[in-house]
Amino acid sequence: MNPEPRLVEVRKNVLKQNDFVARALRDRFRSAGVSVISLVSSPGSGKTAFLEKTLTLLRPNYRVAALVGDLATENDAVRLARSQAAVKQITTGTLCHLEAAMVDKALEQWQDLSQLDFLFIENVGNLVCPSSYDLGEDLRLVLISVTEGEDKPLKYPTIFNSADVAIVTKVDLADAVEFNWEAAYSNIQAVRPGMRVFRVSAKTGEGMEEYLGFLRGRLAELRQAATV
Amino acid sequence: MHELSIAMSIVEMAQEEGERRGVQVNAVHLKLGALSGVVKEALLSSYEMACADTPLQGSRLIFEEVPVVVFCPTCQAQRTLGSVQWFCCSECGTPTSEIVQGKELEVTALEIQ
Repeated sequence: MNPEPRLVEVRKNVLKQNDFVARALRDRFRSAGVSVISLVSSPGSGKTAFLEKTLTLLRPNYRVAALVGDLATENDAVRLARSQAAVKQITTGTLCHLEAAMVDKALEQWQDLSQLDFLFIENVGNLVCPSSYDLGEDLRLVLISVTEGEDKPLKYPTIFNSADVAIVTKVDLADAVEFNWEAAYSNIQAVRPGMRVFRVSAKTGEGMEEYLGFLRGRLAELRQAATV
Repeated sequence: MHELSIAMSIVEMAQEEGERRGVQVNAVHLKLGALSGVVKEALLSSYEMACADTPLQGSRLIFEEVPVVVFCPTCQAQRTLGSVQWFCCSECGTPTSEIVQGKELEVTALEIQ
């Protein structure tokens, strides 16, 4: 006769494998003194254009590299390579997000991370799935473009809560699409009070200097903390 | 739609645990935070698929849904959030992003036989 069913306590984080790899990556990034910044957004919000501009502007004074995730094609890597930065594509196949192990694997050929100042990781365009996966990054940026409407933060509060900073992109189109900045800002603050927000245009360069100043400050802080 | 890979991790975890104890797993209890980034309904159907042709086939996935709890710096107290669209203290209205719970995605127990 079968014994009576009973309940046994387990307590296991389902994503523990990812979290474990992410923690190891974070330690590695910190000890190498490289600032690792990931980007998440919906498809078409201008992640690649924004990253290309970022790499182009940083490259004269900093050692920069990028990993770029996509379901298929290497188009984004080709675009980003125009900045002359080191770029590597991660093709995820059917997977809708990057996981820490993919970042780890992509870095196999870049063993000496201390040769870098900034490493950018562009996630697959998706505002849902990437929120569950820590990639070991120091800073996560969530992008929304003015063409997407002001209520994106209210629709995707989870991704905003997994990110550190919000970037409003394509501000050169703001007037044409009657983008309401105050509404967008207050929606971001509603789902993530205190979140820092930058307004940029990769096309005109508007707002890029303020954002890059923030990144430079972040790198200095990271290195300062490492020497203490 | 990352629920299938999450469901597969859950099944794998439960299967290992069942085999280690030499028992059959009838149900898996899962703590699911409102900010876990996982949709319950999608996970439920993915779980059924992930269980197919494994010792877990026919087992149930039982959810304990965890609301978001934040810390209010004004009240110096933990408060359950009324809505994930509005991160503020449910008593005094102070905005806060200090999350105490709500990101859980954790297998808490197994019903075994």
